[in-house]
Amino acid sequence: MALEKSMAAIPEFLSKAELLKQGAEARVYRARFLGRPTIVKERFRKQYRHPLLDEKLTHRRTVQEVRSVLRCRRAGISVPVVYFVDYSSHSIFLEEIVGSSTVRDHIASSPPSARCEGLEPLAERVGQVLARMHDEDVIHGDLTTSNMLLRCGPEDGVSELFLIDFGLSYISALPEDKGVDLYVLEKAFLSTHPHTEALFQRLLKSYAAASKKSSAVIKKLEEVRLRGRKRSMVG
Amino acid sequence: MTIVIGFEGSANKIGIGIIRDGEVLSNPRRTYITPPGQGFLPSDTARHHRAVILTVLKEALEQAGLKPADIDCVAFTKGPGMGSPLVTVALVARTVAQLWGKPLLGVNHCIAHIEMGRLITQADNPTVLYVSGGNTQVIAYSERRYRIFGETIDIAVGNCLDRFARVIKISNDPSPGYNIEQMAKKGSQYVELPYTVKGMDVSFSGITSYIEEAAHKMISSGQCSAEDLCFSLQETVFSMLVEITERAMAHCGSGEVLIVGGVGCNLRLQEMMGVMCKERNAKLFATDERFCIDNGAMIAQAGWEMFRSGQVTELEDSWITQRYRTDEVEVTWRD
Repeated sequence: MALEKSMAAIPEFLSKAELLKQGAEARVYRARFLGRPTIVKERFRKQYRHPLLDEKLTHRRTVQEVRSVLRCRRAGISVPVVYFVDYSSHSIFLEEIVGSSTVRDHIASSPPSARCEGLEPLAERVGQVLARMHDEDVIHGDLTTSNMLLRCGPEDGVSELFLIDFGLSYISALPEDKGVDLYVLEKAFLSTHPHTEALFQRLLKSYAAASKKSSAVIKKLEEVRLRGRKRSMVG
Repeated sequence: MTIVIGFEGSANKIGIGIIRDGEVLSNPRRTYITPPGQGFLPSDTARHHRAVILTVLKEALEQAGLKPADIDCVAFTKGPGMGSPLVTVALVARTVAQLWGKPLLGVNHCIAHIEMGRLITQADNPTVLYVSGGNTQVIAYSERRYRIFGETIDIAVGNCLDRFARVIKISNDPSPGYNIEQMAKKGSQYVELPYTVKGMDVSFSGITSYIEEAAHKMISSGQCSAEDLCFSLQETVFSMLVEITERAMAHCGSGEVLIVGGVGCNLRLQEMMGVMCKERNAKLFATDERFCIDNGAMIAQAGWEMFRSGQVTELEDSWITQRYRTDEVEVTWRD
Protein backbone atom coordinates (compact mmCIF):
# COMPACT_ATOMS: atom_id res chain seq x y z
CA MET A 1 0.00 0.00 0.00
CA ALA A 2 2.78 2.40 1.03
CA LEU A 3 4.83 1.43 -2.02
CA GLU A 4 1.95 2.09 -4.39
CA LYS A 5 1.33 5.44 -2.74
CA SER A 6 4.94 6.50 -3.10
CA MET A 7 5.10 5.30 -6.71
CA ALA A 8 2.06 7.41 -7.53
CA ALA A 9 3.53 10.48 -5.84
CA ILE A 10 5.81 11.61 -8.67
CA PRO A 11 3.26 11.35 -11.49
CA GLU A 12 0.79 13.16 -9.26
CA PHE A 13 3.31 15.89 -8.52
CA LEU A 14 4.05 16.26 -12.23
CA SER A 15 0.40 16.40 -13.22
CA LYS A 16 0.23 19.71 -11.36
CA ALA A 17 3.53 21.03 -12.74
CA GLU A 18 3.95 23.17 -15.84
CA LEU A 19 5.02 21.17 -18.89
CA LEU A 20 7.76 23.16 -20.62
CA LYS A 21 8.58 20.90 -23.48
CA GLN A 22 8.63 17.38 -24.73
CA GLY A 23 12.05 16.62 -26.08
CA ALA A 24 13.11 13.48 -27.86
CA GLU A 25 14.14 11.89 -24.56
CA ALA A 26 11.97 13.28 -21.83
CA ARG A 27 9.30 15.65 -20.72
CA VAL A 28 10.60 18.72 -18.98
CA TYR A 29 8.48 20.38 -16.31
CA ARG A 30 8.83 23.50 -14.23
CA ALA A 31 7.79 23.20 -10.59
CA ARG A 32 8.70 24.24 -7.10
CA PHE A 33 10.50 21.69 -4.97
CA LEU A 34 11.71 22.32 -1.45
CA GLY A 35 10.84 25.96 -2.03
CA ARG A 36 13.13 26.35 -5.06
CA PRO A 37 12.45 26.82 -8.77
CA THR A 38 13.00 23.34 -10.18
CA ILE A 39 13.16 21.63 -13.53
CA VAL A 40 11.95 18.05 -13.52
CA LYS A 41 13.22 15.86 -16.30
CA GLU A 42 11.03 12.81 -16.64
CA ARG A 43 12.19 10.13 -18.99
CA PHE A 44 8.99 8.55 -20.09
CA ARG A 45 8.53 5.15 -21.65
CA LYS A 46 9.11 5.17 -25.40
CA GLN A 47 6.28 3.09 -26.84
CA TYR A 48 8.15 2.21 -30.01
CA ARG A 49 10.90 0.38 -28.09
CA HIS A 50 10.71 -3.15 -26.80
CA PRO A 51 9.92 -2.86 -23.05
CA LEU A 52 13.11 -4.64 -21.91
CA LEU A 53 15.30 -2.47 -24.14
CA ASP A 54 13.41 0.63 -23.04
CA GLU A 55 13.83 -0.07 -19.32
CA LYS A 56 17.56 -0.82 -19.68
CA LEU A 57 18.24 2.28 -21.76
CA THR A 58 16.13 4.64 -19.67
CA HIS A 59 17.66 3.51 -16.40
CA ARG A 60 21.19 3.65 -17.80
CA ARG A 61 20.70 7.16 -19.14
CA THR A 62 19.19 8.45 -15.90
CA VAL A 63 22.14 7.12 -13.91
CA GLN A 64 24.73 8.40 -16.40
CA GLU A 65 23.14 11.82 -16.51
CA VAL A 66 23.18 12.32 -12.78
CA ARG A 67 26.72 10.97 -12.42
CA SER A 68 28.08 13.27 -15.13
CA VAL A 69 26.32 16.35 -13.78
CA LEU A 70 27.73 15.73 -10.30
CA ARG A 71 31.20 15.14 -11.69
CA CYS A 72 31.11 18.40 -13.65
CA ARG A 73 29.87 20.25 -10.63
CA ARG A 74 32.72 18.97 -8.50
CA ALA A 75 35.13 20.23 -11.17
CA GLY A 76 33.68 23.73 -11.04
CA ILE A 77 31.78 23.63 -14.35
CA SER A 78 28.44 25.43 -14.33
CA VAL A 79 25.70 22.82 -14.39
CA PRO A 80 22.33 22.68 -12.62
CA VAL A 81 22.29 21.35 -9.07
CA VAL A 82 20.71 17.90 -8.71
CA TYR A 83 18.06 18.07 -5.97
CA PHE A 84 16.50 14.60 -6.20
CA VAL A 85 16.34 11.47 -8.35
CA ASP A 86 13.48 8.99 -8.53
CA TYR A 87 14.46 5.79 -10.29
CA SER A 88 11.01 4.28 -10.58
CA SER A 89 9.69 7.13 -12.69
CA HIS A 90 13.15 7.97 -14.07
CA SER A 91 12.77 11.58 -12.98
CA ILE A 92 15.56 13.97 -12.15
CA PHE A 93 14.81 17.11 -10.14
CA LEU A 94 17.26 19.85 -11.12
CA GLU A 95 17.91 23.49 -10.31
CA GLU A 96 16.16 25.79 -12.76
CA ILE A 97 18.58 28.27 -14.32
CA VAL A 98 16.21 31.20 -14.15
CA GLY A 99 16.60 33.99 -16.69
CA SER A 100 18.56 32.01 -19.24
CA SER A 101 18.17 31.23 -22.92
CA THR A 102 19.80 28.59 -25.08
CA VAL A 103 22.97 29.42 -26.95
CA ARG A 104 21.06 28.30 -30.03
CA ASP A 105 18.47 31.06 -29.66
CA HIS A 106 21.26 33.45 -28.89
CA ILE A 107 23.15 32.73 -32.10
CA ALA A 108 19.98 32.61 -34.16
CA SER A 109 18.63 35.94 -32.97
CA SER A 110 19.96 38.98 -34.68
CA PRO A 111 20.79 41.59 -33.67
CA PRO A 112 22.18 39.78 -30.62
CA SER A 113 20.99 40.93 -27.23
CA ALA A 114 22.90 44.00 -26.16
CA ARG A 115 23.13 42.81 -22.57
CA CYS A 116 25.10 39.71 -23.41
CA GLU A 117 28.50 39.28 -24.96
CA GLY A 118 28.89 39.03 -28.72
CA LEU A 119 29.10 35.78 -30.64
CA GLU A 120 32.89 35.59 -30.77
CA PRO A 121 33.54 35.88 -27.03
CA LEU A 122 30.66 33.43 -26.60
CA ALA A 123 32.34 30.90 -28.87
CA GLU A 124 35.57 31.31 -26.94
CA ARG A 125 33.75 30.78 -23.66
CA VAL A 126 32.10 27.60 -24.97
CA GLY A 127 35.52 26.28 -26.02
CA GLN A 128 36.90 26.93 -22.56
CA VAL A 129 34.00 25.24 -20.76
CA LEU A 130 34.18 22.18 -23.00
CA ALA A 131 37.92 21.97 -22.45
CA ARG A 132 37.38 21.89 -18.70
CA MET A 133 34.68 19.23 -19.08
CA HIS A 134 36.88 17.02 -21.25
CA ASP A 135 39.82 17.47 -18.90
CA GLU A 136 37.49 15.97 -16.30
CA ASP A 137 37.03 13.03 -18.72
CA VAL A 138 33.31 13.73 -19.02
CA ILE A 139 31.98 13.09 -22.50
CA HIS A 140 28.71 14.98 -22.94
CA GLY A 141 27.53 12.79 -25.81
CA ASP A 142 24.92 15.19 -27.15
CA LEU A 143 26.58 18.55 -27.57
CA THR A 144 24.33 20.96 -29.39
CA THR A 145 23.65 24.65 -28.99
CA SER A 146 20.28 23.72 -27.51
CA ASN A 147 22.10 22.02 -24.64
CA MET A 148 23.96 25.15 -23.54
CA LEU A 149 22.31 27.90 -21.53
CA LEU A 150 23.44 31.47 -21.24
CA ARG A 151 22.36 33.55 -18.29
CA CYS A 152 23.19 37.17 -18.86
CA GLY A 153 24.54 39.24 -15.99
CA PRO A 154 22.75 42.31 -14.58
CA GLU A 155 24.65 45.31 -16.06
CA ASP A 156 28.02 44.83 -17.66
CA GLY A 157 27.01 41.75 -19.66
CA VAL A 158 29.08 39.24 -17.67
CA SER A 159 27.21 36.04 -18.28
CA GLU A 160 27.33 32.47 -17.06
CA LEU A 161 27.40 29.53 -19.44
CA PHE A 162 25.68 26.32 -18.29
CA LEU A 163 25.86 22.87 -19.79
CA ILE A 164 22.69 20.79 -19.57
CA ASP A 165 21.18 17.53 -20.81
CA PHE A 166 23.80 14.94 -19.93
CA GLY A 167 21.53 12.06 -20.90
CA LEU A 168 23.99 10.49 -23.34
CA SER A 169 27.08 11.24 -21.31
CA TYR A 170 29.72 8.86 -20.01
CA ILE A 171 33.19 8.93 -18.51
CA SER A 172 36.15 8.40 -20.83
CA ALA A 173 39.76 9.51 -21.06
CA LEU A 174 40.10 8.52 -24.72
CA PRO A 175 40.93 11.35 -27.15
CA GLU A 176 38.78 9.46 -29.68
CA ASP A 177 35.64 9.91 -27.53
CA LYS A 178 36.41 13.57 -26.91
CA GLY A 179 37.05 14.07 -30.61
CA VAL A 180 33.69 12.47 -31.44
CA ASP A 181 32.07 14.69 -28.78
CA LEU A 182 33.39 17.78 -30.55
CA TYR A 183 32.43 16.30 -33.94
CA VAL A 184 28.84 15.89 -32.77
CA LEU A 185 28.85 19.55 -31.74
CA GLU A 186 30.45 20.66 -35.00
CA LYS A 187 27.85 18.89 -37.09
CA ALA A 188 24.95 20.13 -34.97
CA PHE A 189 26.42 23.63 -34.92
CA LEU A 190 26.96 23.92 -38.66
CA SER A 191 23.62 22.32 -39.59
CA THR A 192 21.64 24.56 -37.25
CA HIS A 193 23.58 27.75 -37.86
CA PRO A 194 24.70 27.82 -41.50
CA HIS A 195 27.67 30.01 -42.49
CA THR A 196 29.21 29.98 -39.01
CA GLU A 197 32.35 28.01 -39.83
CA ALA A 198 34.63 30.82 -38.64
CA LEU A 199 32.78 31.05 -35.34
CA PHE A 200 33.21 27.35 -34.74
CA GLN A 201 36.91 27.54 -35.57
CA ARG A 202 37.20 30.16 -32.86
CA LEU A 203 35.52 27.77 -30.45
CA LEU A 204 38.03 25.04 -31.30
CA LYS A 205 40.99 27.42 -30.96
CA SER A 206 39.78 28.43 -27.53
CA TYR A 207 39.29 24.76 -26.60
CA ALA A 208 42.82 23.89 -27.73
CA ALA A 209 44.29 26.73 -25.69
CA ALA A 210 42.33 25.86 -22.57
CA SER A 211 42.74 22.09 -22.44
CA LYS A 212 45.93 20.37 -21.39
CA LYS A 213 45.17 17.30 -23.48
CA SER A 214 43.77 19.05 -26.53
CA SER A 215 46.24 18.21 -29.31
CA ALA A 216 45.40 14.51 -29.32
CA VAL A 217 41.69 15.36 -29.25
CA ILE A 218 41.88 17.81 -32.17
CA LYS A 219 43.84 15.24 -34.14
CA LYS A 220 41.10 12.66 -33.51
CA LEU A 221 38.47 15.21 -34.51
CA GLU A 222 40.20 15.66 -37.85
CA GLU A 223 40.32 11.89 -38.32
CA VAL A 224 36.63 11.47 -37.50
CA ARG A 225 35.74 14.24 -39.96
CA LEU A 226 37.47 12.37 -42.74
CA ARG A 227 35.84 9.10 -41.78
CA GLY A 228 32.44 10.32 -42.92
CA ARG A 229 33.91 11.37 -46.23
CA LYS A 230 36.15 8.38 -46.84
CA ARG A 231 33.49 5.82 -46.19
CA SER A 232 32.38 3.99 -49.30
CA MET A 233 28.68 4.56 -49.81
CA VAL A 234 26.75 1.89 -51.66
CA GLY A 235 23.05 1.47 -52.32
CA MET B 1 6.14 18.94 -70.75
CA THR B 2 9.48 17.45 -69.72
CA ILE B 3 10.34 13.76 -70.03
CA VAL B 4 13.45 12.41 -68.30
CA ILE B 5 14.91 8.90 -68.39
CA GLY B 6 16.97 7.82 -65.38
CA PHE B 7 19.64 5.11 -65.14
CA GLU B 8 20.48 3.56 -61.74
CA GLY B 9 22.96 0.78 -60.91
CA SER B 10 25.11 1.85 -57.96
CA ALA B 11 24.63 -1.43 -56.07
CA ASN B 12 23.08 -4.75 -56.98
CA LYS B 13 19.90 -3.31 -58.49
CA ILE B 14 19.86 -2.09 -62.09
CA GLY B 15 16.85 0.07 -62.89
CA ILE B 16 15.81 2.43 -65.67
CA GLY B 17 12.78 4.68 -65.25
CA ILE B 18 10.97 7.38 -67.19
CA ILE B 19 9.18 10.35 -65.60
CA ARG B 20 6.97 12.91 -67.30
CA ASP B 21 6.16 15.92 -65.14
CA GLY B 22 5.79 13.95 -61.93
CA GLU B 23 4.20 10.89 -63.52
CA VAL B 24 6.09 7.59 -63.48
CA LEU B 25 5.66 6.18 -66.98
CA SER B 26 7.83 3.08 -66.47
CA ASN B 27 10.24 1.74 -63.87
CA PRO B 28 11.64 -1.73 -64.69
CA ARG B 29 14.41 -3.18 -62.51
CA ARG B 30 16.57 -6.27 -62.09
CA THR B 31 18.39 -7.43 -58.94
CA TYR B 32 21.66 -9.34 -58.82
CA ILE B 33 21.08 -11.97 -56.13
CA THR B 34 23.94 -14.02 -54.70
CA PRO B 35 23.68 -17.41 -52.98
CA PRO B 36 23.02 -17.46 -49.18
CA GLY B 37 26.09 -16.57 -47.16
CA GLN B 38 27.60 -14.44 -49.92
CA GLY B 39 27.55 -10.73 -50.53
CA PHE B 40 27.83 -9.12 -53.96
CA LEU B 41 31.22 -8.09 -55.33
CA PRO B 42 31.74 -5.11 -57.65
CA SER B 43 33.03 -6.96 -60.72
CA ASP B 44 30.29 -9.63 -60.61
CA THR B 45 27.68 -6.95 -60.09
CA ALA B 46 28.98 -4.91 -63.03
CA ARG B 47 28.93 -8.05 -65.16
CA HIS B 48 25.30 -8.66 -64.18
CA HIS B 49 24.31 -5.09 -65.04
CA ARG B 50 26.11 -5.23 -68.39
CA ALA B 51 24.21 -8.38 -69.33
CA VAL B 52 20.72 -6.98 -68.69
CA ILE B 53 20.90 -3.21 -69.08
CA LEU B 54 19.90 -3.01 -72.74
CA THR B 55 16.93 -5.31 -72.12
CA VAL B 56 15.82 -3.13 -69.22
CA LEU B 57 16.27 -0.01 -71.37
CA LYS B 58 14.02 -1.47 -74.07
CA GLU B 59 11.43 -2.38 -71.42
CA ALA B 60 11.49 1.14 -70.01
CA LEU B 61 10.78 2.71 -73.40
CA GLU B 62 8.16 0.11 -74.40
CA GLN B 63 6.26 0.25 -71.12
CA ALA B 64 6.17 4.04 -71.35
CA GLY B 65 5.13 3.84 -74.99
CA LEU B 66 7.88 6.25 -76.00
CA LYS B 67 10.61 6.56 -78.58
CA PRO B 68 14.10 8.00 -77.88
CA ALA B 69 13.09 11.19 -79.69
CA ASP B 70 10.45 11.82 -76.99
CA ILE B 71 13.05 11.99 -74.22
CA ASP B 72 14.23 15.44 -73.15
CA CYS B 73 17.11 14.49 -70.86
CA VAL B 74 19.19 11.47 -69.88
CA ALA B 75 19.90 11.26 -66.14
CA PHE B 76 22.23 8.74 -64.52
CA THR B 77 23.73 8.02 -61.10
CA LYS B 78 26.97 9.94 -60.73
CA GLY B 79 27.49 8.43 -57.26
CA PRO B 80 27.89 7.39 -54.52
CA GLY B 81 28.13 3.64 -54.94
CA MET B 82 30.31 0.79 -56.16
CA GLY B 83 32.82 1.74 -58.83
CA SER B 84 32.44 -0.77 -61.65
CA PRO B 85 28.64 -1.00 -61.56
CA LEU B 86 28.44 2.81 -61.63
CA VAL B 87 30.78 2.90 -64.64
CA THR B 88 28.80 0.26 -66.51
CA VAL B 89 25.59 2.22 -66.22
CA ALA B 90 27.12 5.64 -66.84
CA LEU B 91 28.68 4.30 -70.03
CA VAL B 92 25.31 3.32 -71.45
CA ALA B 93 23.74 6.62 -70.35
CA ARG B 94 26.49 8.62 -72.04
CA THR B 95 26.19 6.57 -75.20
CA VAL B 96 22.42 6.88 -75.57
CA ALA B 97 22.58 10.60 -74.74
CA GLN B 98 24.98 11.09 -77.63
CA LEU B 99 23.11 8.72 -79.94
CA TRP B 100 19.81 10.44 -79.26
CA GLY B 101 21.32 13.94 -79.10
CA LYS B 102 19.97 14.66 -75.62
CA PRO B 103 21.56 16.48 -72.66
CA LEU B 104 23.09 14.44 -69.81
CA LEU B 105 22.59 14.88 -66.06
CA GLY B 106 24.71 13.27 -63.34
CA VAL B 107 22.55 12.73 -60.25
CA ASN B 108 23.39 12.13 -56.58
CA HIS B 109 21.87 8.77 -55.59
CA CYS B 110 20.90 9.89 -52.07
CA ILE B 111 19.19 13.03 -53.32
CA ALA B 112 17.32 10.93 -55.87
CA HIS B 113 15.84 8.86 -53.02
CA ILE B 114 14.73 12.05 -51.29
CA GLU B 115 13.20 13.64 -54.39
CA MET B 116 11.30 10.45 -55.24
CA GLY B 117 10.03 10.23 -51.68
CA ARG B 118 8.86 13.84 -51.84
CA LEU B 119 7.13 13.27 -55.16
CA ILE B 120 5.29 10.10 -54.17
CA THR B 121 4.27 11.16 -50.67
CA GLN B 122 3.90 14.93 -51.29
CA ALA B 123 5.58 15.53 -47.94
CA ASP B 124 6.22 19.24 -47.57
CA ASN B 125 9.48 19.67 -45.66
CA PRO B 126 10.15 16.45 -43.77
CA THR B 127 13.03 15.21 -41.71
CA VAL B 128 14.33 12.44 -43.95
CA LEU B 129 15.65 9.11 -42.72
CA TYR B 130 17.63 7.56 -45.56
CA VAL B 131 18.47 3.95 -44.76
CA SER B 132 19.84 1.33 -47.11
CA GLY B 133 22.60 -1.21 -47.48
CA GLY B 134 25.12 1.51 -48.13
CA ASN B 135 23.79 4.59 -46.39
CA THR B 136 22.29 5.67 -43.09
CA GLN B 137 21.65 9.40 -42.80
CA VAL B 138 19.18 11.78 -41.19
CA ILE B 139 18.74 14.70 -43.55
CA ALA B 140 16.91 18.00 -43.38
CA TYR B 141 16.67 20.64 -46.08
CA SER B 142 18.02 24.07 -45.27
CA GLU B 143 19.15 26.93 -47.47
CA ARG B 144 19.72 25.08 -50.72
CA ARG B 145 21.39 22.04 -49.19
CA TYR B 146 20.23 18.70 -47.97
CA ARG B 147 22.14 18.88 -44.69
CA ILE B 148 23.15 15.72 -42.90
CA PHE B 149 22.05 16.01 -39.28
CA GLY B 150 22.96 12.54 -38.19
CA GLU B 151 24.50 9.48 -39.76
CA THR B 152 26.30 6.29 -39.07
CA ILE B 153 29.88 6.79 -38.03
CA ASP B 154 30.82 3.39 -39.44
CA ILE B 155 28.57 1.06 -41.46
CA ALA B 156 25.03 1.44 -42.77
CA VAL B 157 22.14 -0.28 -41.00
CA GLY B 158 21.36 -2.30 -44.12
CA ASN B 159 24.94 -3.49 -44.21
CA CYS B 160 24.58 -4.69 -40.61
CA LEU B 161 21.41 -6.60 -41.51
CA ASP B 162 22.94 -8.05 -44.70
CA ARG B 163 26.01 -9.27 -42.85
CA PHE B 164 23.90 -10.91 -40.17
CA ALA B 165 21.89 -12.62 -42.91
CA ARG B 166 25.14 -14.03 -44.32
CA VAL B 167 26.21 -15.33 -40.92
CA ILE B 168 23.04 -17.37 -40.47
CA LYS B 169 22.90 -18.11 -44.19
CA ILE B 170 19.49 -16.61 -44.91
CA SER B 171 18.51 -16.44 -48.58
CA ASN B 172 19.29 -13.19 -50.44
CA ASP B 173 16.14 -13.61 -52.54
CA PRO B 174 14.41 -11.17 -52.88
CA SER B 175 16.72 -9.41 -50.41
CA PRO B 176 18.36 -10.42 -47.10
CA GLY B 177 16.57 -7.62 -45.25
CA TYR B 178 13.16 -8.84 -46.40
CA ASN B 179 13.89 -12.35 -45.15
CA ILE B 180 15.14 -11.07 -41.81
CA GLU B 181 11.90 -9.14 -41.51
CA GLN B 182 9.81 -12.29 -42.12
CA MET B 183 11.83 -14.33 -39.63
CA ALA B 184 11.64 -11.54 -37.05
CA LYS B 185 7.85 -11.80 -37.10
CA LYS B 186 8.22 -15.33 -35.73
CA GLY B 187 10.71 -14.30 -33.02
CA SER B 188 9.50 -13.45 -29.53
CA GLN B 189 12.41 -13.53 -27.12
CA TYR B 190 14.26 -10.24 -26.79
CA VAL B 191 18.01 -10.76 -26.54
CA GLU B 192 20.07 -7.83 -25.26
CA LEU B 193 22.39 -6.45 -27.93
CA PRO B 194 24.77 -3.43 -27.96
CA TYR B 195 22.94 -0.15 -28.50
CA THR B 196 25.06 2.78 -29.68
CA VAL B 197 23.75 6.28 -30.24
CA LYS B 198 26.21 9.18 -30.07
CA GLY B 199 24.24 12.42 -30.16
CA MET B 200 22.70 12.57 -33.59
CA ASP B 201 24.89 9.76 -34.91
CA VAL B 202 24.70 5.98 -34.66
CA SER B 203 27.23 3.21 -34.81
CA PHE B 204 26.51 -0.29 -36.10
CA SER B 205 29.93 -1.93 -36.20
CA GLY B 206 29.72 -2.89 -32.52
CA ILE B 207 26.40 -4.68 -32.76
CA THR B 208 27.48 -6.27 -36.05
CA SER B 209 30.66 -7.81 -34.69
CA TYR B 210 28.85 -8.85 -31.51
CA ILE B 211 26.08 -10.66 -33.34
CA GLU B 212 28.41 -12.14 -35.97
CA GLU B 213 30.46 -13.68 -33.18
CA ALA B 214 27.67 -14.69 -30.82
CA ALA B 215 24.91 -15.82 -33.20
CA HIS B 216 25.99 -19.42 -33.69
CA LYS B 217 26.80 -19.91 -30.02
CA MET B 218 23.45 -18.54 -28.90
CA ILE B 219 21.48 -20.60 -31.40
CA SER B 220 23.32 -23.89 -30.87
CA SER B 221 23.22 -23.56 -27.08
CA GLY B 222 19.47 -23.19 -27.34
CA GLN B 223 19.52 -19.81 -25.65
CA CYS B 224 17.45 -18.39 -28.48
CA SER B 225 16.39 -19.13 -32.02
CA ALA B 226 17.55 -17.47 -35.24
CA GLU B 227 14.07 -15.86 -35.37
CA ASP B 228 14.62 -14.40 -31.89
CA LEU B 229 17.92 -12.91 -33.04
CA CYS B 230 16.32 -11.42 -36.15
CA PHE B 231 13.63 -9.95 -33.93
CA SER B 232 16.09 -8.58 -31.36
CA LEU B 233 18.40 -7.15 -34.02
CA GLN B 234 15.55 -5.31 -35.71
CA GLU B 235 14.17 -3.98 -32.43
CA THR B 236 17.59 -2.68 -31.45
CA VAL B 237 18.83 -1.12 -34.69
CA PHE B 238 15.43 0.31 -35.59
CA SER B 239 15.15 1.88 -32.12
CA MET B 240 18.47 3.56 -32.75
CA LEU B 241 17.22 4.93 -36.07
CA VAL B 242 13.94 6.18 -34.58
CA GLU B 243 15.88 7.81 -31.77
CA ILE B 244 18.21 9.84 -34.00
CA THR B 245 15.33 10.79 -36.25
CA GLU B 246 13.38 12.04 -33.25
CA ARG B 247 16.38 14.03 -32.06
CA ALA B 248 16.71 15.72 -35.42
CA MET B 249 12.99 16.50 -35.45
CA ALA B 250 13.18 17.99 -31.96
CA HIS B 251 16.20 20.05 -32.97
CA CYS B 252 14.62 21.38 -36.18
CA GLY B 253 11.09 21.67 -34.86
CA SER B 254 9.89 19.44 -37.68
CA GLY B 255 6.48 17.75 -37.84
CA GLU B 256 7.08 15.34 -40.71
CA VAL B 257 9.22 12.26 -41.25
CA LEU B 258 9.99 10.68 -44.62
CA ILE B 259 11.70 7.28 -44.76
CA VAL B 260 13.57 6.44 -47.98
CA GLY B 261 16.04 3.76 -49.04
CA GLY B 262 15.77 -0.02 -49.21
CA VAL B 263 15.56 -0.54 -45.44
CA GLY B 264 12.61 1.86 -45.52
CA CYS B 265 10.51 -0.99 -46.97
CA ASN B 266 10.63 -2.70 -43.60
CA LEU B 267 7.15 -2.53 -42.10
CA ARG B 268 8.40 -2.91 -38.53
CA LEU B 269 10.62 0.16 -38.98
CA GLN B 270 7.65 2.06 -40.40
CA GLU B 271 5.51 0.88 -37.51
CA MET B 272 8.01 2.01 -34.87
CA MET B 273 8.51 5.35 -36.58
CA GLY B 274 4.73 5.72 -36.74
CA VAL B 275 4.43 5.21 -32.98
CA MET B 276 7.07 7.85 -32.33
CA CYS B 277 5.36 10.27 -34.73
CA LYS B 278 1.98 9.73 -33.13
CA GLU B 279 3.42 10.61 -29.71
CA ARG B 280 4.72 13.88 -31.13
CA ASN B 281 1.71 14.65 -33.34
CA ALA B 282 3.94 14.35 -36.38
CA LYS B 283 3.18 12.78 -39.75
CA LEU B 284 4.99 9.79 -41.19
CA PHE B 285 5.57 9.37 -44.91
CA ALA B 286 6.92 6.21 -46.50
CA THR B 287 6.88 4.58 -49.91
CA ASP B 288 6.60 0.97 -51.01
CA GLU B 289 9.26 -1.32 -52.47
CA ARG B 290 8.84 0.11 -55.96
CA PHE B 291 10.41 3.36 -54.85
CA CYS B 292 12.16 2.55 -51.54
CA ILE B 293 14.53 0.14 -53.22
CA ASP B 294 16.98 1.61 -55.75
CA ASN B 295 15.18 2.30 -59.01
CA GLY B 296 15.62 4.27 -62.24
CA ALA B 297 12.59 6.52 -61.85
CA MET B 298 14.09 8.20 -58.78
CA ILE B 299 17.13 9.16 -60.83
CA ALA B 300 14.77 10.47 -63.50
CA GLN B 301 12.84 12.51 -60.93
CA ALA B 302 15.93 14.13 -59.45
CA GLY B 303 17.14 14.69 -63.00
CA TRP B 304 13.79 16.29 -63.89
CA GLU B 305 14.15 18.77 -61.00
CA MET B 306 17.75 19.56 -61.86
CA PHE B 307 17.07 19.89 -65.60
CA ARG B 308 14.13 22.21 -65.06
CA SER B 309 16.27 24.44 -62.85
CA GLY B 310 18.74 24.75 -65.71
CA GLN B 311 21.41 22.18 -64.87
CA VAL B 312 23.18 20.01 -67.42
CA THR B 313 26.24 17.75 -67.15
CA GLU B 314 28.84 18.15 -69.89
CA LEU B 315 30.38 14.96 -71.23
CA GLU B 316 33.78 15.75 -69.68
CA ASP B 317 32.08 16.14 -66.28
CA SER B 318 30.08 12.93 -66.53
CA TRP B 319 32.57 10.81 -64.55
CA ILE B 320 31.27 8.72 -61.68
CA THR B 321 32.45 8.81 -58.07
CA GLN B 322 32.21 6.26 -55.28
CA ARG B 323 32.05 8.96 -52.61
CA TYR B 324 29.51 11.73 -53.07
CA ARG B 325 28.13 13.44 -49.99
CA THR B 326 24.47 14.40 -49.93
CA ASP B 327 25.36 17.91 -48.79
CA GLU B 328 27.80 18.48 -51.67
CA VAL B 329 25.00 19.24 -54.10
CA GLU B 330 23.51 22.70 -54.42
CA VAL B 331 19.73 22.19 -54.46
CA THR B 332 18.92 24.80 -57.08
CA TRP B 333 15.33 23.64 -57.54
CA ARG B 334 14.15 24.54 -54.04
CA ASP B 335 14.29 27.85 -52.25
